[in-house]
Amino acid sequence: MELILFLVFAGIAVVAAINVVVQRHPISSAVSLIAVMGSLAVLYLLLGAEFIAAAQVIVYAGAIMVLFVFVIMLLNAGGETKAGRSFVASLLGVPVLVALLALLAFFTARIYPRDTEVHFGGFRGGTAQSVGRALFTTYLLPFEITSILILIAIVGAIVLARKELE
Amino acid sequence: MMGHVPLSWFLMLSAVLFSLGVAGFIFRRNIITMFMSIELILNAVNLTFITFAYQRQQVAGHLLAFFVMVVAAAEAAVGLAIILTVFKNRETLNIDDLDSMKN
Amino acid sequence: MDSFIVISLIKIFVVFGALMTILAYLQWVERKVIAHIQVRPGPYRVGPHGLLQPLADVIKLITKEDLVPPYVNKVLYLAAPFLAITMALLSISVIPFGPKIQVAGYQTWMQLTDLNFGVLFILGISSMGVYGIALAGWSSNNKYALLGGLRSSAQMISYELPLSLAIAAPLLISNTLSLRKLVETQDGWLWNWNLFHGFQYVSFVIFIIAAFAETNRVPFDLPEAENELVAGFHTEYSSMKFASFFMAEYANMITVSCMAVLLFLGGWVAPWPAAYGSGYVPVVIFAVAGVITIWRGLNPRRKRDRYTFPPFGVVFLIVAAVFLVPLLQSALLPLFWFCAKTGAILFLFIWIRGTLPRFRYDQLMGFAWKVLFPVAMLNLLATGLAIAVFS
Repeated sequence: MELILFLVFAGIAVVAAINVVVQRHPISSAVSLIAVMGSLAVLYLLLGAEFIAAAQVIVYAGAIMVLFVFVIMLLNAGGETKAGRSFVASLLGVPVLVALLALLAFFTARIYPRDTEVHFGGFRGGTAQSVGRALFTTYLLPFEITSILILIAIVGAIVLARKELE
Repeated sequence: MMGHVPLSWFLMLSAVLFSLGVAGFIFRRNIITMFMSIELILNAVNLTFITFAYQRQQVAGHLLAFFVMVVAAAEAAVGLAIILTVFKNRETLNIDDLDSMKN
Repeated sequence: MDSFIVISLIKIFVVFGALMTILAYLQWVERKVIAHIQVRPGPYRVGPHGLLQPLADVIKLITKEDLVPPYVNKVLYLAAPFLAITMALLSISVIPFGPKIQVAGYQTWMQLTDLNFGVLFILGISSMGVYGIALAGWSSNNKYALLGGLRSSAQMISYELPLSLAIAAPLLISNTLSLRKLVETQDGWLWNWNLFHGFQYVSFVIFIIAAFAETNRVPFDLPEAENELVAGFHTEYSSMKFASFFMAEYANMITVSCMAVLLFLGGWVAPWPAAYGSGYVPVVIFAVAGVITIWRGLNPRRKRDRYTFPPFGVVFLIVAAVFLVPLLQSALLPLFWFCAKTGAILFLFIWIRGTLPRFRYDQLMGFAWKVLFPVAMLNLLATGLAIAVFS
């Protein structure tokens, strides 16, 4: 059951991620990215992170990506025109990507042999209760600092996006 | 055990998503798409945090992922405001056309 | 394991079938109620009192030509209504309609599934619902549709904040995210309901206002303001695709009504314990309704009432008798209270549609950010403080 769920949603995530990169129009990329985030939320559930899965859908897919779609719609900019880039670069790009991936996969496989197996319910510490408890005790300072960061971001966004007052 | 997923597969998936995000950031010329590639990278990192939280049976990884999300939200707000301003002034989203700081 | 799957499948079919029927008839109810508010008869040609009108509408919508305009973005244009209806129907799966019941030896909850983060699940799903509308507006390649889509996405983002803050207050009181446990904490008397805890009626009012905006209902139906934007985001949609947007709107209405009932009005719990006779309320209501209808049928004001009213009266009396059967009471009574409360909220939706004019767009956004959001924030702070002090 876990294997099927993982394969299905990991497959969706990878295909959608490829789609993010290759689509010409930003809105198609945005929709694909929403699919990636949705399938990652399911994988989080598989790993017992129910609060983070919900936050992923609410914050990432539901708020941040709405902002992206909103801006794309607002600018109504057309698709990307093909830039005249060098033949060597496009020839080198894919092998470099594969090499990077192979390197990462190699180290992952070396450090984490296939002994730890994920099964549903293997970790029950991801409830809203335990996350909240840790957030407001051990991690209180970072939490407060992020709230200041958010405030700065709000002010910054308004200053940047408002109409110039003459 | 049949039907169970090795933990390393989650890390592999994360690596794949991360590489795709990097590729998108390098290959694409549209600012918004590049920005979305960064979000993809952050999502890949979050998956790693959650996987390690499972492996170590600790909730700390979840909190790191949570903080990444919060910072990503702040980043998206400011970043998209910058993109709006750039588009208002230059009427282009192509990163190659935004080179007036050069020479 | 096998019986679990079979029971779940049966429950899915029952809930889905009931939901689809209710969606179709909610539209009939809305037209009838609005008609009576505006002193006109409403649909009454198809079947007695227009009761077959939803069926006729469905046939009409299915047989209409399904037009895909040129210049649209095909993939997103086709995906948008599908997305809207899926997201609207998905959240029903975690809503509990009643307590644990016994059917043919099997114990089961009157709920498809209980998540211990059910409230977060519904919030997440409803925040995904905005894509159906935004993408429909964008992919139609039509200025009116685009503006409708833009307006709706801005509106839904803005009103989601006060909605979430208003939901947080009763969650603090009940101290759970599971919808099932939420109801269990409100058991007993009327004053155990979250609505009557101190000043929680403030959260309730904020929730209802934000819910109206989230479902794009009057007075917040800016995305489809027909005098400015033709039909808003669904200008270019026809036939069943148009119908799915319509159904999504009504399904969202049902979901937020269920949420309001679960969070504030005690879910399936009766206003007072069964020991004091709350179990006889539905019997009395249906019996009185049956007697009135039969009496009106025997002394008709209009000619056709003589033939249409008595059958309804008999049906009402049978329903009243069914509520007296002890075996069915354990399942039917909670369901009755749940449906009665949800129905009351749905009636409020329709009533307001018949009463209030539409907001202007800047008023709408100003109201969300300058009034509703600060009030919701203060309300949450005060609730937290009150809980910290008094418990």
